[in-house]
Amino acid sequence: MAEPNQGKAGQGANQRGGEFDIAVVGGGLVGTAVAWGLARTGVKVAVLDEGDIAVRPSRGNFALVWLQGKGMGMPEYAGWTRASTEIWAGFADTLRQQTGIDVAYRKPGGFMPVLSEQELEDRANAMKRLHNQPDMVRYPYEVLDRAALLKEMPFIGPEVAGGTYCPLDGHCNSLRLLRALHAGLERSGVAYRPNHRVDRIEPRDGGFRLTTAAGEIRAGKVVLAAGHDSARLAPMVGLEAPVRPQRGHVIVTEKTAPFLHHPTGYVRQTDEGGVMIGDSFEEAGFDTTLRPGVSSAIAERAIRFFPLLGKLNVVRSWAALRVLSPDGYPIYEQSATAPGAFVVTCHSGVTLAANHALTLAPLIAAGGLSDAFTVFSARRFHVPQAA
Amino acid sequence: MFRRLPDIAGDRVSFTIDGRPAEARSGDSVAAALLANGVAACRNTPVSGAARGPYCMMGVCFDCLVTIDGTGNRQGCQVRVAPGMAVETQDGKRGVER
Repeated sequence: MAEPNQGKAGQGANQRGGEFDIAVVGGGLVGTAVAWGLARTGVKVAVLDEGDIAVRPSRGNFALVWLQGKGMGMPEYAGWTRASTEIWAGFADTLRQQTGIDVAYRKPGGFMPVLSEQELEDRANAMKRLHNQPDMVRYPYEVLDRAALLKEMPFIGPEVAGGTYCPLDGHCNSLRLLRALHAGLERSGVAYRPNHRVDRIEPRDGGFRLTTAAGEIRAGKVVLAAGHDSARLAPMVGLEAPVRPQRGHVIVTEKTAPFLHHPTGYVRQTDEGGVMIGDSFEEAGFDTTLRPGVSSAIAERAIRFFPLLGKLNVVRSWAALRVLSPDGYPIYEQSATAPGAFVVTCHSGVTLAANHALTLAPLIAAGGLSDAFTVFSARRFHVPQAA
Repeated sequence: MFRRLPDIAGDRVSFTIDGRPAEARSGDSVAAALLANGVAACRNTPVSGAARGPYCMMGVCFDCLVTIDGTGNRQGCQVRVAPGMAVETQDGKRGVER
């Protein structure tokens, strides 16, 4: 790995070689955020991506930067998420200064409205249990009854019993986030290589040799941020990423004048005015086919929360695939057998983008993850299944 | 900009454009009636504010969006003008309740 990178000469598809300090596998929100953060430390980075038809949750997500309710069973995840919401504004600002792209990050606080008194009580209890965990990194939240919620959202439907609120919740334009990260990579001199699906990774000479669909890449370190494909790649470098797809439907309406000034967990109004409706959970493998029944169900629920949505025209709907580990939490791990290899995978690629870029990437560039990340190791899945 | 063909028949229909009295012929689409009344730009876009007017006249381009009888973002080319109809041009995003 002593050879310096030969620069941009010879990036042709059949060019063998290409020497980098770090190769990031995956060009979605997780891979680009890590690569962007790595480039800021001065290392030479390549991003190996698939092509336009890759399974790409980064183009289908709901764009929340969200903390509320997170961390049950893993309080460290609450702390990790809270930290990201705290540095997100600075991250967005840096991206805008570097690329001129405004990712429209706003943190007005988010609501989780509920449709019955029972649901409100359940939700309040869940938040209490969450915050009673030992070592919980607490965050502020409020439980609002219907009267209190009406003051914030006078247009809620008659069934809405109240909701919870967290002032640290926000949202962004995640399509522009992906665009900004790619633009940032280009400006930082990162070699973005589309159509480089990685077939094989071999530890070699203290570094790694990656065989891709468009030639061979060598790198001192490798970061697996390939989303669903990390499940296949991780075992090649002594890691594991037991992730599965979970389908979610999203609907977006025509653009309307701003009326919904806070995001909710299932309905939010984008910076450009469209209203996004989401939050279905389906186990359907890699099938992204739309199910009209699911779209109807989430639309119907959204209208129960906000009846005025019923007047809006829908302009698009789609389904995307969450990248879920068995407990839903991220996996961050450095390989024990091939120490320069890392896996980075999570479901909340938008929320955690700031952390991945500004906290995780510098650690990877410097050599390794700190002890604080041990809890995110995939070794946590090795406990025997309860009977 | 637009003139009617000389052999066009049809009863006269009175309606309003932004509250002003206007006249169309029975069978006209709202988009055609707007053009015949000299209203070429029927809205400004929600994001950039650029002016837009009826273009394809067949339901495809969505550039002829107007508020019809209080409902925003109707496709003017897909709705026949009716007596007393209130057509309003749109400035930016429609409101959620109209």
